[in-house]
Amino acid sequence: MPDMQGLVNELIDKLKKRRVKGSLETPLQTAELLRSVISVQKLPPTNKAAALINAVRDVGEKLIAANPVELSVGNVIRRVLHIIREEDLSPSSDEAGDNEEEITWLRDNTAPYVAEIIRPPLLHMLHTFSSAEEKSKSYIFGRSRKLKHDVIEAINMLIEDVNICYELIAEQAVEHIHHNETILTLGWSRTVLEFLLAAKDKKRSFHVFVAEGAPRCHGHALAQELVGRGLKTTVIADASVFAMISRVNMVIVGVHAVMANGGVIAPVGMDMVALAAQKFAVPVVVVAGIHKLRPLYPENPEVSLNDMRSPSELLELGKFSDCMDFGSVDGAPLVHVANPVFDYVPPELVSLVITDIGGHKPSYIYRLIADYYSSQDYVRYGRDALFKL
Amino acid sequence: MDPRRYSRVIDPKVRQVGFCPRSGQVQNQSGPTGPSTSPPVSDISPSSNSLSPVMIPPPRHPSDAASRAVNVPAAATTPLRPRRPSFDDPNNNSSSTEQLVVSSYNPDESVLGTSPPFSGIGDDRDGDAESEFSDNSVNWIRQNDSGRFPLSLAPDGRFDSAAAKEKQSKKPQVGSRKERGGGQTAEVRNDLPSESKPLKEKTSKAARRALQEAQRAVKAAAKAAGGNKSKAASLSAHEQTDKAVKLPLQRKDDGPVTSSAAVSERRGGERPPEKDRKKDAPAPRMQFDDKNRVEKAKKRSVVKQTEARNRVELFRHLPQYEHGTQLPDLESKFFQLDPMHPSIYKVGLQYLAGDIRGGNARCVAMLQAFSEAIKDYSTPPEKTLTRDLTAKVNNFVSFLIECRPLSISMGNAIRFLKSRIAKLPITLSEAEAKSSLCSDIERFINEKIVIAEKVIVEHAVTKIQDGDVLLTYGSSAVVEMVILHAHKLGKQFRVVIVDSRPRFEGQALLRKLVKIGVSCTYTHINAVSYIMREVTRVFLGAASVFSNGTVYSRVGTACVAMVAHAFHVPVLVCCEAYKFHERVLLDSICSNELGDPDAISKVPGRMDINSLHDGTNKENLQHLNLMYDATPPDYISMIVTEYGMIPTTSVPVIVREYGREHLLI
Repeated sequence: MPDMQGLVNELIDKLKKRRVKGSLETPLQTAELLRSVISVQKLPPTNKAAALINAVRDVGEKLIAANPVELSVGNVIRRVLHIIREEDLSPSSDEAGDNEEEITWLRDNTAPYVAEIIRPPLLHMLHTFSSAEEKSKSYIFGRSRKLKHDVIEAINMLIEDVNICYELIAEQAVEHIHHNETILTLGWSRTVLEFLLAAKDKKRSFHVFVAEGAPRCHGHALAQELVGRGLKTTVIADASVFAMISRVNMVIVGVHAVMANGGVIAPVGMDMVALAAQKFAVPVVVVAGIHKLRPLYPENPEVSLNDMRSPSELLELGKFSDCMDFGSVDGAPLVHVANPVFDYVPPELVSLVITDIGGHKPSYIYRLIADYYSSQDYVRYGRDALFKL
Repeated sequence: MDPRRYSRVIDPKVRQVGFCPRSGQVQNQSGPTGPSTSPPVSDISPSSNSLSPVMIPPPRHPSDAASRAVNVPAAATTPLRPRRPSFDDPNNNSSSTEQLVVSSYNPDESVLGTSPPFSGIGDDRDGDAESEFSDNSVNWIRQNDSGRFPLSLAPDGRFDSAAAKEKQSKKPQVGSRKERGGGQTAEVRNDLPSESKPLKEKTSKAARRALQEAQRAVKAAAKAAGGNKSKAASLSAHEQTDKAVKLPLQRKDDGPVTSSAAVSERRGGERPPEKDRKKDAPAPRMQFDDKNRVEKAKKRSVVKQTEARNRVELFRHLPQYEHGTQLPDLESKFFQLDPMHPSIYKVGLQYLAGDIRGGNARCVAMLQAFSEAIKDYSTPPEKTLTRDLTAKVNNFVSFLIECRPLSISMGNAIRFLKSRIAKLPITLSEAEAKSSLCSDIERFINEKIVIAEKVIVEHAVTKIQDGDVLLTYGSSAVVEMVILHAHKLGKQFRVVIVDSRPRFEGQALLRKLVKIGVSCTYTHINAVSYIMREVTRVFLGAASVFSNGTVYSRVGTACVAMVAHAFHVPVLVCCEAYKFHERVLLDSICSNELGDPDAISKVPGRMDINSLHDGTNKENLQHLNLMYDATPPDYISMIVTEYGMIPTTSVPVIVREYGREHLLI
């Protein structure tokens, strides 16, 4: 399908050029793309789910390869795969042949115990029930159409989830922020912004220290938003974090991804903040939508899940051109500039992860992941486990 | 030795001890009126050479011993003991407090010192109930006079605690005065014998003088750190003579009490080390949330800084000014400013503009400016060099403080300079004195900074091995020298330079290192935990090291040290010992310096961010630009000083053993 291919390539292109960024845009665009992929996919008379899964997987692998550090792409794809499996397995889709085939597929492809893990999460139970009614009505339509329809419904639901996760998280703010508190945050995060504003709307008055998050300094934008809503805000340099943390009650940060072990991939500098917070026994609260849960355990995350940006953000190349020219020793240039984007914060430094379905200890994240992903989509071995589905 | 001389010296001690009761007793004995008591006093006065059989003093300091030995007999002769009960009598109190001054001294010394029988009494004193001050005084007395006689007086109950407090509070301010006072006493001494004998006639005159002086003393005391200390010193010298005469007049005001404090300071020279140390304890720093003091300070200031309006609540106690407003104004005053020496003025402006940065650079610049100012100095007529010059230096210093708060290293250097000035022998001519001061300053720069740095480099270089990856933060002069030296020795290593907004000091270091061909990695402080995995040593500089081991350094150092600690990378702090300070510090809030907040809000080359901040909402949005932070000692593996490589727990040892040396070199 040429037009489909065009859409896929367009998103791949955007991801490669980092034009789509952020934990809101990326999952939404990915989910929408997958939705259209599914809707145009022609299904064979038998083994429809497998065909869908293969189609999604094909597209997914390309998307992931386009920007492997944009973890939410992989997360959404796995969620979609999981949805397909769920819909296919759900009792309402009573096409015996399909079911049988699916089960044999399972038996072939995964260890037997995995089947137990596949369990529909509550949210999806609800959804399945509602769609079950529809299904009974639309029984007369072709089965294939029904599966596709259900999957698309579920993907819409997923998109909805991503869109409203900020609200759901923000609703919990009042349980965590009290009067007269001092809160430290780093860089820009929409989740944090909404979280703080929700507490502010409940008439809690508190003070926010914003570490600017050099070199991108997005903290200034966050501070501006907070001040616009009447919160007392102080912008500090990242270097002053240690000095100020002793006067802070809570560190609330947004992250890039939450790993299966409860560790988080966060904007660079977060490890330093979390260490300082630990030194002064200040709780570190991570707010993250459920789509940021990453169903993988980190392996050397500082390197494998990191992105390096241009040195010009740190050194003005014009000024330092003389240094850059200073040539090299044994072929290696003398000056290296490290400008990573992310930090990995190990789970022992994180006190709490607040998602749209409530707060959890980092040690519980692995269980949440089992609710939202199918293990055959992420239990992989070998070198290219990261990029494959 | 002439006994008289020493007696003079001793007298003040009497007061300090505060055994007012005794004098009161004396008074009571001889008669209620002040003047009548004088006879006993005269006994005490140096003229009485006869030693009481009781005392065999093993003197510690020759000078003290001599003086005391002389006095003691006098005390012994006075029938003090029976009087004790009288202390309790409220009526006596007032008189006794003030007067007891002279006469009481010896006795209590002796009491505290040795006599077992009186130990009970002594306990009162020692008891916790007493203020620190008295406690302390006990100590020193013991030290000096242990083995004296068992004379007894029960002093303490009497001692007015308020007075004690007052004394105490003054102490730090008066500190610098003491040595000068020593010189003074020499002049005054001569009068003493004559006065003490014909006491009767002189009383009235003496009384008047005492009153005057008391008032003056009060005034002098009121001036907190003002340059007027010298007056008080001279006062105190006179006062002794007056005290010999007990004046009823004095009872009305506390003048005597305060002045006695001044007097006690004077004796610093002979004081045993504990006492000294106590007094050296740094004066409480100016707290800028104290409105009264800020107002006063403003009146005195040369630099009219406008205070920043939107300040961070937590840091009200620190000065924060609008930056860049006062510089043009000051520059225009360059040729009119009379009291300020141009070289000082220049350095001040350079501080203000930020042209001179870094602990050592600032300290050296300041000392050189002082040295030039001293070269051009001439003592005004009718003034003595020591006193006038100290006042001058105080002026200079307060000007420099207005330009930018002093660093600890500068504070230590100033202490050194003042002590040199105070210790100048009065026999020196002005030219000699000036040249000796200049050479002292030069020697300080040389020994404490230049040579110290070399020694530190020698030490630190031994910790660099081939294949090491060194990490440093910002740009520290000593660390830079260490790296350069290691490179010169041909060691193969790589350097990671961590830098931070807003100052980017590391870029200058990067440039230098790359020029000589050291392979460098440059990154910003947020990425420190990314880069720390590959690092094998962390070298940091310090603005100061406090005696609890806290390293006070440019902001961000603590973060780097913390991350290094978390990654089990050794952290070496290179710091010259002259930057050590006996103060203790726990956090970075209480003592710090605030930089220009605009430096935080403006991100060069980022129009999107800069445009954010010129809008409204000024009152809720603040920018905090801290200059320093305090690194807890547990993150630091060792401190490299010119005295060797020490753990943080040994900092107080260096401060104690060598701290004094800075002042003496």
